[in-house]
Amino acid sequence: MSYHWHWGVFLEQAARNRTYLDWLCSGAWITLALGLVSWTIALGLGTVLGVLRTLPSRFWSGLAVGYVDLFRSVPLLVQLFIWYFVLPELLPHGDTIKQLPPWLQQAGAAVLCLGTFTAARVCEQVRSGIAALPRDLENAGLALGLTRAETYRHVLLPVSFRLLVPPLTSELLNVFKNSAVASTIGLLDLAAQGRQLLDYTAQPYESFIAVTLLYLAINVAVMLLMRWVEQRWRIPGYIGGK
Amino acid sequence: MAYPFDFSSLDRRNLEILGEGMALSLEITGVAVVIGIGWGTLLATMRLSSRRPLRWLAAGYVNLFRAIPLVMVLLWFFLVVPRLLQRTLHLPADTDLRLVSALVAFSLFEAAYYSEIIRAGIQAVPKGQLAASLALGMTYGQSMRLVILPQALRHMLPLLLTQAIVLFQDTSLVYVSALADFFGQAYGIGERDGRIVELLLFAGATYLVMCVIASRMVQRLARRVGR
Repeated sequence: MSYHWHWGVFLEQAARNRTYLDWLCSGAWITLALGLVSWTIALGLGTVLGVLRTLPSRFWSGLAVGYVDLFRSVPLLVQLFIWYFVLPELLPHGDTIKQLPPWLQQAGAAVLCLGTFTAARVCEQVRSGIAALPRDLENAGLALGLTRAETYRHVLLPVSFRLLVPPLTSELLNVFKNSAVASTIGLLDLAAQGRQLLDYTAQPYESFIAVTLLYLAINVAVMLLMRWVEQRWRIPGYIGGK
Repeated sequence: MAYPFDFSSLDRRNLEILGEGMALSLEITGVAVVIGIGWGTLLATMRLSSRRPLRWLAAGYVNLFRAIPLVMVLLWFFLVVPRLLQRTLHLPADTDLRLVSALVAFSLFEAAYYSEIIRAGIQAVPKGQLAASLALGMTYGQSMRLVILPQALRHMLPLLLTQAIVLFQDTSLVYVSALADFFGQAYGIGERDGRIVELLLFAGATYLVMCVIASRMVQRLARRVGR
């Protein structure tokens, strides 16, 4: 088999004043931005849901259970298409949404989709983190005269988050991996740039190896960052804290 | 203004097409679960092996597949690997390799995830069990097969099944290769009839009902196995 390797292809002109390498980099930035914004939504919403899930009220915990069931039982791709194609049709101001620039519609749908999807998973992690704490912590907080909200805010959440760094790290890695789905609605993220590179350069191996390596690089960078966070935050005396 | 829903696209004929799509989704899921668990068990035992090269090889495989998005893995298998196969095997240009590529891609990808579940399951069996089997005169292979793996399997069965549900949902990603699975068919019909909203909601509801029922069953099983 003779495949003509040509790594110099990335330095060739793709369009006016832009090389294929520029395409690759812009894809990587979009993937990073998409992942980080979605993660912010997921962490915020997921924490709220996780707290609701641990409240004694049947209503609130049931609401969180329903949310998790819904968002974990529909494939991510279907959720994305519903955000992108269906919601603008059903919302009262859908026409205003449809007049936005296409990239904004795509990015908005992708961020909301990834954020709400990941929130369901963050919720389960936060719930199990809070449930794993000794019951005395909550009782002590309440006995000291803190309200339930204050107990969560000052006692339960700070302690459980420091223990939750490793599982949340893997959810963060998942966000970046799942973000590749956004390429299906036309967002030019890393995966989409890979396809585009393949079509334009006809060098499938160079294009795909480069994209795969960039995903690996994002993965490794996130892991190193989170390892540093974990070391700073670990609680002495716990098993995870060695 | 309320959206004028019109579900007339879901007639007998289209439901049949959707049924065929669902059969394809389930076929991909089934094959990937079986091969994934088989290859995953092998990978897990390699990772727990005392031979360093085997351990590194399995760890490298698992970490690589777990670090790349499934979409990328599928694109590799749809866009790059078939060209390679076609060139090396001199296949006629019209051979449809998409289904084969999908089956191979999902099996190899899922094996990485299954192997982690299985490795954790094996490690959760108390060490004394292996020592006892060896003391009874069993070989390492016998004690694995007759003592360790049956116990490990019992513990990890719920996790393996949950992973199968996740995999079933992930098969919708064959959309990137235009392979007509359940989701692909639903989207295709919706686009053709101008009824994307109805068809996407129908597809979502179908997945929702199937997966919620399946995970409730897994939960019940987990409670039984847990004791």
